Amino acid sequence: MIISNIEVIPNKRVVEHLGLVQGSTVRAKHAGKDIMAGFKNIFGGELGAYTELLQESREEAIKRMSEQAEAIGANAVVNVRFSTSAIAAGASEILAYGTAVRVEDR
Amino acid sequence: MESLIQLGFFIALLSLGFFFGRRAERKHYQSIIAREDQYRNIVVTTERLPSPEFLGHQTELVAGNVVISVDYFKVVVAGLRNLVGGRIRTYESLLDRARREAILRMQENALALNAQYVINMKFETSRISGNAGQGIGSVEVLAYGTALVPPPLNA
Repeated sequence: MIISNIEVIPNKRVVEHLGLVQGSTVRAKHAGKDIMAGFKNIFGGELGAYTELLQESREEAIKRMSEQAEAIGANAVVNVRFSTSAIAAGASEILAYGTAVRVEDR
Repeated sequence: MESLIQLGFFIALLSLGFFFGRRAERKHYQSIIAREDQYRNIVVTTERLPSPEFLGHQTELVAGNVVISVDYFKVVVAGLRNLVGGRIRTYESLLDRARREAILRMQENALALNAQYVINMKFETSRISGNAGQGIGSVEVLAYGTALVPPPLNA
């Protein structure tokens, strides 16, 4: 599965457009980490736990998106975009979406 | 008496934020500048299409993200700035650090794939409020793009 945020993939030709696919996940960190983050808001600096959490969530979102693409017979997802939103205090949603296509070697 | 304790608490938080926040920021900038030098040869552009010389390259999505927290001092300064309006430099430097760090991490990922070029780079910024009710709490910046991975030499 090729995942890319450009429209044209070198050496490949798009033979079929299969429409939009998306994957999303909503995650929260446990309260202890939130309290630590609260302390960090006094001192400043990077919040490693959150960085990791969001990275994992994004990978999960990409995985779900590519599963969806695979289910409809695509072998690539192009023009992938990400979107993040805080839906509640301490929880955020991460969405990955793109166009599922079938590509062939040129 | 009670208000005096409150004032003392406020000043303590303010100075903690000022000293630790400044130190964190200075150290972070040092590391950013050093690593930017190191990764200078990995070209990042916002071009949407790969140029013809990249025929035969593989494409791979690369990303880098970072969550950076504000310190108490920055929040207070920004609050005061809100009264008169104008540039909030304390937040500008926060976002500047986050963006540059995110790009660096993306470049690191590209390097791990042996790629020299990342095209169509995009940013995504979001606010993570945490348990700081008002103010920005912390910001997350994600930088992502498509790395052009050269084909293996023996192919």
